[in-house]
Order: sequence, then C-alpha cells, then structure tokens
Amino acid sequence: MKQAQFEQRYRPGWQQLENQLQQLEALRVRKRDKISLDGFLDQYRQLCHQLALSTERAYSLELQQYLNDLVLRAHRQLYRYNPPLMARLGNFLAREFPRAVRRQWRWHLISFLCFSLSLAFTWTLVQQNPDMIYSMVDENGITQIEDMYLPERTAEHTRDSGDDVMMFGHYIQNNIGIAFRTFAGGLLLGIGALLVELFNGAFFGAIAAHLLNAGAGEPFFSFVITHGAPELTAIMLSGGAGLRLGWAILVPGPMSRLAALRLAARDALPVMYGVFCLLLLAAFIEAFWSPRQLDVSIKYTVGSCGWLALYLYLFLGGRRGAGE
Amino acid sequence: MQIDEQLEVETPEGALLTLSLAGPVPRALAYSIDLAIRMVIYGILGAMLAIFGKFGMGLAAILAFFLEWFYPTLFEAFRNGQTPGKKAMGLAVIHANGSPLSFNGSLIRNLLRTADIFPMFYLTGFVACLLSSRQQRLGDMAANTLVVHLADKHDGKTLTAGEHLAPDWHLSRDDQLTLLAYHERAEQLSPQRRQELAQLAYPELPAAQAEWTLAAITRHLIGGQAPAQQAADRPLTGTTGDHETGAV
Repeated sequence: MKQAQFEQRYRPGWQQLENQLQQLEALRVRKRDKISLDGFLDQYRQLCHQLALSTERAYSLELQQYLNDLVLRAHRQLYRYNPPLMARLGNFLAREFPRAVRRQWRWHLISFLCFSLSLAFTWTLVQQNPDMIYSMVDENGITQIEDMYLPERTAEHTRDSGDDVMMFGHYIQNNIGIAFRTFAGGLLLGIGALLVELFNGAFFGAIAAHLLNAGAGEPFFSFVITHGAPELTAIMLSGGAGLRLGWAILVPGPMSRLAALRLAARDALPVMYGVFCLLLLAAFIEAFWSPRQLDVSIKYTVGSCGWLALYLYLFLGGRRGAGE
Repeated sequence: MQIDEQLEVETPEGALLTLSLAGPVPRALAYSIDLAIRMVIYGILGAMLAIFGKFGMGLAAILAFFLEWFYPTLFEAFRNGQTPGKKAMGLAVIHANGSPLSFNGSLIRNLLRTADIFPMFYLTGFVACLLSSRQQRLGDMAANTLVVHLADKHDGKTLTAGEHLAPDWHLSRDDQLTLLAYHERAEQLSPQRRQELAQLAYPELPAAQAEWTLAAITRHLIGGQAPAQQAADRPLTGTTGDHETGAV
C-alpha cells in the first residue's frame, strides 16, 4: 500500500483520536469522566499497529513522527493513575508510616546514634569547660539564644499573636527545608545526611549545656520539650532515609547501582512524607504552644506524654492489619 | 539510525515509542523561566503580605517554602509533568516507561534536587546528565523519570501533487528513506544545494532536471493522485492492499 492511500484510509481515525486527546489534555483531572471516550481504546490499538506498519514499510519520516507522537500522547492519557487522596492519607498515617520507619530501623538507628553521640560529646565538653561554647557558636548566635531564654532578658519583650505566626512560618521554611536537604544530602554517599546529624546534635548539645551553665535550664527545657519530640525525631528520620539512599549507591548488593537507588528511593519516600507531617506538627507546637507562659510542671507533663505517644506510635503503629 | 538523544520504549501494546530526551541546556532554560516566575510571585505576594507586619512575614515564609519545594512538585504531578517553564520550552517529565508522572515520582525527583544543585549551579546534576545515557540527573535516576521534548506540531501531511516517475533502479529500503528525508528537508536547503545533492544521484542530467526527477520519484513512492495523463502510462509497481508489508 502506498503512503498516500494509507494516510487517506486511516486519517479519519487519527483525527478522531486527536480530538479526544485534545479534550483529555485540556481538562482538569476531575472533569475527565464527562468526556465521551467511545472507541478510544480500539483506535489506540489500531494506531499502535499503524505506527509499526509505517516503520516497517519505510513511509516518510514525517508521517512516522506524527504517528509516534500520537501514540505517545494517547499512552500518556491511557496509563494515567489518580487514586483518591484522602483515603490513602488516612491509611498512610495509621499504618504505612510507622511500618516504613520500622522496616529501615538500622538506618534510623545510625542516624540517631550520630545525633545523640555528638550531642552528648559537646554537652559534656561545654559543661566541663564553659568557654568552649565560644569556639563552637559565634557570639551573635549566643547572644540571640541568651535573649530568648535568660530570665532577666526575656522579661523585656512580650510576645503577641503576630510573633506566633511569624515564627510558625519561619519554622516551616527552615526546619522542613533542612529535613528535605538532609534526605537529599544522603544521596552523596550518605555523607551529607551524616554531617547534618552530627552538626545538629553538636549544636543542640552545646546550647543546652551553655544555658544550663548560665542558669536558664528550666526555661529552655520547658520550651523545647514538647515540640522536640516531633522535631528531633523528624530530623533523625530524614537522616536515616538519606543514609538509606547513600548506602544503596555504596553497597548496591545483587542489583545495579541504579536499580538499588530506585528501590531505596521508593522505600524511603513514605518516611519523608511522615517527616513532613511531623515537622508541620512540630512547627505548630513550637509557634503556638511552647512559648506560652505556663507552669513548668504542666509543660514537662505534656512534653513527656508527647514523646511517649510518638514513640509508641512509631514502634507499635500498624502492627495489626494486612501487609505487616 | 542511532541518535544519542533518542530512546526507544516499548509500550504494553507492543508499539515502539521514540522519546527525544532533553539535554541540560533546554532544561536549564526552563528552570530559569520557573525561577523568574517564582521570584515575581514572591515579590508581589511578599510585598502585599508585608502590610500585615509580623503576621504577613510568617505567611511570606510559608509561601517561600511552598514555592521552593512544591511549585515544581505540584505542577509536574498535576499538569502533565510540566512546570510553566517546561511548558514554555516544550518539555515534560515522564516515567521511563513512557507513562505519565505520578505524585511519588514527582516528589522524589524534586526532593533530591538539593543533591543535584550541590555544590552550586547544578554541578552534580550537570555531570550526572552528561554521564547518564538517558540524560538523567540524580533525582531522575532515583525516581526513574525522564525529561523529554514534546513533539512539535506535525500534521503528518506530505506533499504529493505533481508528476510521478517510477525509479529506474532497484530501490532498497535505505534508498527509500534517503529519498523521503531529502524530500522533507528540501525546503530548508538552498536551491543550489538541492540541485547539487540531486546531481549526486543523476550526474548525467542538468541540475534542474536532476532535481525534478528525484522529486517525481519521491512522489511516486508516496503515492497519491497523479495528474490524469500521467496516471495512464505510469508503470505499475506493486499491488495495493494492507496485507503487503514489503517496501513499496
């Protein structure tokens, strides 16, 4: 069959498919079911056949290109998958997130150890030798932190709701950004993720010890205890997820590095969804609950309950039910 | 014919799809467009939010966060794999098997962007693109996604009006493709170059006639309506019918 006859015979079908594709591509996801898709599948299968024929018969490249593009567009519409979001979100929080964390407990343990050992190290160092803080944190930073917690300095300014929202935005931008970067840093052979854990642990340890030395232990710990649970946990989890990526590249096992990386990314992704949720929660608590001037015993109680609840959730959540 | 920037993917229907991969330059341009759009959005909304004092600063920080992390993720996931910048450049992100980008895929490739930016100006991602046989940066490798050029608008129509002439030699498949390519690109060439090429096939003919002969043979290959008086004495080559699969 000559190319012209071929085109003449099948062009009406291509035209019809093209019209349907135009509608599908233009509309938002939700309105798709209102379009008539009669004959779409048949037409698409025939089109695949015609593309193969046009290549086999060495028709003009222009025509082959046209058919190829049409197949590509139809393929993109046919294999689209948009599952309902809310149902999956519920299942994710109830089961998938704690399961994903437990499946990769080794990486999270390493991340935790990096964080806590470096925390303990700087804490001891600064407690034994208070001047060490000045070689770890620059003076501006120290002054800022002292302004926040030293009782004689905090009395100077009062906090209003504008402050709360401002800090909420700051915590979201800063903390979630750090968590995402920690995860990505893991891709660089795990080094990026490890450094973030070590650095954050060291910083926290040094500050805590310094404020204890300065006699501001109580305002500091009563401030951080509640939001510390989701925030510190999330930073450690993002480090663990990052390490999982780095390890896949370093030691791919019986797979190619590329395949190992893909698998690792797929496994680590649920953890990152969870990290995002935890940090949203942490930002909320840190902005709207932690700065409230309440009796310290209330804050310590609520804070400890938070830690307990979070770790019960991570260790026990989703144990029952299919898939574990 | 093997071209580095083309990748063949087989669909479940058994059709071979040819994807044309996008290299670092169009992607960098698309990224610059997106960056400019984000800066304008942040500039305008940020200035408006500044009226609300600290409250507005908080919202501006959240806005900055969303623009940085979720602008590419949401656009790619819900807009056919295209951010506005990619759309302007005719690019789209798809999974390596040719299927549309899922939310997970979009999130992985955009979360890992930081590793590609490291240490600055996308150096890691650039090197990864050059080393990869499929032009993937690290985030693309982890998510198994590709950035491809979407098609220019082809209408698939080929010029067929004019005289027909059967080839006077045994036409191979390669000859046929070469002739068709010559025909399709003729408009991009200068008349002198067209005739020069045509004379490679017919050194014995004058230049203009060589070009005319090649065009007539090409029209014969494609088929279509020949002028009436030509159709009668045109030699019959090949039969018609869809069962015939050999080169025409």
